[in-house]
Amino acid sequence: MSDLTSMTLAEARDAIRAKKISSRELTGAFVTAIEKARPLNAFITEAGDAALAAADAADKRIVAGSTGALEGLPLAIKDLFCTKGVKTTAASKILGNFIPPYESTVTQNLWDAGAVMLGKTNLDEFAMGSSNETSAFGPVFNPWRANNSNANLVPGGSSGGSSAAVAADLCLAATGTDTGGSIRQPAAITGRVGLKPTYGRCSRYGIVAFASSLDQAGPMTKTVRDAAIMLKTMASVDPKDSTSVDVPVPDYEKLLDGGIKGLRVGIPKEYRVAGAAPEADALWDKGVEWMKAQGAEIVEVSLPHTKYALPTYYIVAPAECSSNLARYDGVKFGYRAEGARDITDLYERSRGEGFGPEVQRRILIGTYVLSAGYYDAYYSRAQKLRTLIKRDFEVAFEKCDVLLTPATPGPAFAVGAKTTDPLEMYLQDVFTVTVNLAGLPGIAVPAGLTSTGLPMGLQLIGKAFDEATLLRAAFAVETAAGFKHSPAKWWSV
Amino acid sequence: MSVDKDTVRRIAKLARLAVPESRLEPMAGELNGLFQWVEMLGEVNVEGVVPMTSVVAQKLKWREDRVTDGGQADAVTANAPGGEDHFFVVPKVVE
Repeated sequence: MSDLTSMTLAEARDAIRAKKISSRELTGAFVTAIEKARPLNAFITEAGDAALAAADAADKRIVAGSTGALEGLPLAIKDLFCTKGVKTTAASKILGNFIPPYESTVTQNLWDAGAVMLGKTNLDEFAMGSSNETSAFGPVFNPWRANNSNANLVPGGSSGGSSAAVAADLCLAATGTDTGGSIRQPAAITGRVGLKPTYGRCSRYGIVAFASSLDQAGPMTKTVRDAAIMLKTMASVDPKDSTSVDVPVPDYEKLLDGGIKGLRVGIPKEYRVAGAAPEADALWDKGVEWMKAQGAEIVEVSLPHTKYALPTYYIVAPAECSSNLARYDGVKFGYRAEGARDITDLYERSRGEGFGPEVQRRILIGTYVLSAGYYDAYYSRAQKLRTLIKRDFEVAFEKCDVLLTPATPGPAFAVGAKTTDPLEMYLQDVFTVTVNLAGLPGIAVPAGLTSTGLPMGLQLIGKAFDEATLLRAAFAVETAAGFKHSPAKWWSV
Repeated sequence: MSVDKDTVRRIAKLARLAVPESRLEPMAGELNGLFQWVEMLGEVNVEGVVPMTSVVAQKLKWREDRVTDGGQADAVTANAPGGEDHFFVVPKVVE
């Protein structure tokens, strides 16, 4: 059955349409693979029985002539998307038993197109982390291991369950969310594709909020083509999200093959940072050569405020987090502490017991930077920096159509390697966080293996709402890189 | 600016977050590490720069002021850790 689970989304779609396989066969293969892969801890909730029932329903619709874009295709959903009647935890104890009475718009779009849900994937608690180690449901292990090593590595974060599930062939594709790099970083260090669309492209309705001005949903897939297929269905204009932007959603898949002859590719010199692995820079140089060889014009550009992006993010994101997470009070839903003396005690203890250490740290940072006397020095200044960072991109995009950068400062690292110093963990997002602050689309594409046999990716950044050009450029990089590696299935014996 | 134990206690109170006494000191250290790093933003000249309010240039949407949803008390209270007859139950608030 391994040939079924190793198919790309596009291959599976075509096979189902040609009636070569049924959704039942395909879904069954994934349900079995997920059960065998429990040592990876990629899923918080497995939904095997419901998935098989949904597959049968899809098969009936296919017989009746349905042409849904994702008819019968099994997907994994990050456990940050509310799914009606299916537990949605955000990997937090405080939402440990939460069963949403409504469906997120992005997942509803997927089901309307005929997709099948295999389960809900693990993540960093409330999507706050870069290694999936802050989850209240335990860490996820990267399917990849270094050559001749049995050490467990992190799958990245926050969408670490989704990245592990895609890399380990536990689903055709998965959803993720990206606030500072949470789709692109885990995709890059598991050797797969991760796309963060433009802010406003996908509705945020029904996605557990972390930092509302930065959060954006996107696909995590095996190929760029699959990302194009997923985005077309995930994106929509939604009256339930006032920040969902009213722009047409093109058929990205049809626009992939145009080639990049004459495309102007910007290389931001500030993305050569101290502390990045030499292999990150070497891969970047290779990427430049690949694009040049296909007729792209390489342009050096400058994004002078790049080094301020991470500190800006660590003011803006915690500020929004402290405000968004104020709703968890032990009253209307979620965890409630036992035996509270009074209402304040109920709030304080429900939150103190329900939130994990990283979430608590960010709530405190956010509360501090928004408090009287510090608002101007921290929050207001950070929002001004954000204006400058966005302006850097606007100036750069006068000279180019897309930007090419490294995706992460290094490959996957060992579980526990970066948990003692929060700042060291935060540096994982050094190449991705600027894109969220500027609201732009970005994609991580697998580009090569390190000398130790671990995958690394390249990032492409596009103009706002120009995912079509971004995907076309990513397709060119993917084709040139020819990355066909998959991890050895050590967990499935 | 340096965060001490009392500051952590004060912001924890503002955030309605029970932080055990033994965690106050270590948390002050962690926050100081972060705020020292963030200090670098002070070196940028931001005079005349407008703080960002929206990352995408778009007008806020308007809609007609009418009821679009409602009558779902069951669903609204379904996840309440304390609930009775569509009410949320909390400890006594008024003596």
